[in-house]
Amino acid sequence: MPDNQNSYRIDRRGALECMVWAGAGVVWTLNGGVPTSSLLVGATARAAEGAGFSFLQISDSHVGFNKPANPDALGTLKEAIDKVKALPARPAFMIHTGDITHLSKPEQFDDADKIIGGASLDVHYVPGEHDLLDENNGKAYLDRYGKNAKGSGWYSFDAGGAHFVGLVNVTNLKAGGMGSLGDEQLAWLADDLKGRSASTPVVVFAHIPLWTVYPEWGWGTGDSEQALTLLKRFGSVTVLNGHIHQVMQKVEGAVTFHTARSTAFPQPAPGTAAGPGPMLVPAEKLRTMLGLTSITLKKGAHGLAITDSPLV
Amino acid sequence: MNIFNIFSLRIAAVLAVSMMMVAPCVPASRAADAEITIDNFSFHPDKLSVKAGTTIVFRNRDDIPHTVASAEGVFRSEALDTDDAFSFTFDKPGVYPFFCSLHPKMTGEIIVTP
Repeated sequence: MPDNQNSYRIDRRGALECMVWAGAGVVWTLNGGVPTSSLLVGATARAAEGAGFSFLQISDSHVGFNKPANPDALGTLKEAIDKVKALPARPAFMIHTGDITHLSKPEQFDDADKIIGGASLDVHYVPGEHDLLDENNGKAYLDRYGKNAKGSGWYSFDAGGAHFVGLVNVTNLKAGGMGSLGDEQLAWLADDLKGRSASTPVVVFAHIPLWTVYPEWGWGTGDSEQALTLLKRFGSVTVLNGHIHQVMQKVEGAVTFHTARSTAFPQPAPGTAAGPGPMLVPAEKLRTMLGLTSITLKKGAHGLAITDSPLV
Repeated sequence: MNIFNIFSLRIAAVLAVSMMMVAPCVPASRAADAEITIDNFSFHPDKLSVKAGTTIVFRNRDDIPHTVASAEGVFRSEALDTDDAFSFTFDKPGVYPFFCSLHPKMTGEIIVTP
């Protein structure tokens, strides 16, 4: 991603404008530890060219969904992966922020793996609530994606000079509540972050937003404040989520919160419908509301660049 | 026909077969005495009083799967896809709060009287 004044580097105001864009994906760039976003179409390609390190986020594939809001969720996932394959510079890896499948059926996981595998990139997954519907409450997910994970599927790794933390906030949900991390995972997070330099950029990803987007629809995580307290001392924190099938961004101090589009179907903006279910839009509009995200981290810069791109 | 159409046909076929294999959730010998539906991420009605021995059917009419789970662990359905149903017979008087374990803002209450 170019650094100069006519680049796609997005300041805070620009990032908010980015929320308004309907699109399919976000490219995340780590620039010396500060995240920046840009639109996937066109901008993604440029981001990938200029940056030392970039990765992609896809979310909410809902493989197996075939209702009127998108009768072919597998097809639109394929379109998103085709976009990834067409990037001029390869991202380092991909993260998937959950709801890989619609109903956790083995053939849905198989189909998702086949299509996503077509990108030939390492993929770091966290589960959505739709991925833990097997009779053993998530064993199917963990058997596939959780080999190096703790508990219900959380883990961390280092890449591109940043520390990445994948969290699970879709298990053991309580009546009337929102997403939940739970004490065991919070204790693990405290231990995981302990001793790390505050100058290390941290990227946290989980399915349900770790900030309260709209509590009436459960779009938030009840105990996320405890996680954010543990992250307070770090100079650059980027939080990447899915679940709400639309782009939203918020900056609070050193923390940038961002949600990605789904590759399957859009959901309504908070409070604009009777409920948060799949939103039926005219067929020609659907692909403007699906997409992916690219993130670039640049050495010497101060932020990750986040780019959301629609499928069209 | 392109490859994506073939994929979606395959999924449709698999779904059709799996639906046929699922036994009806309500045994024929025991008719539903009352029904609660799920629409737009909420239970309708979300509060219901019944006599002990009543069987209640919970039916999901959303495009998204939901569950019906007792907040106190008395009963818990599997994930209910569109038009799937779960039934439970409330034999003992008492108050039974329940929710969707996937979308826990969805709550309701069954009051069972003697």
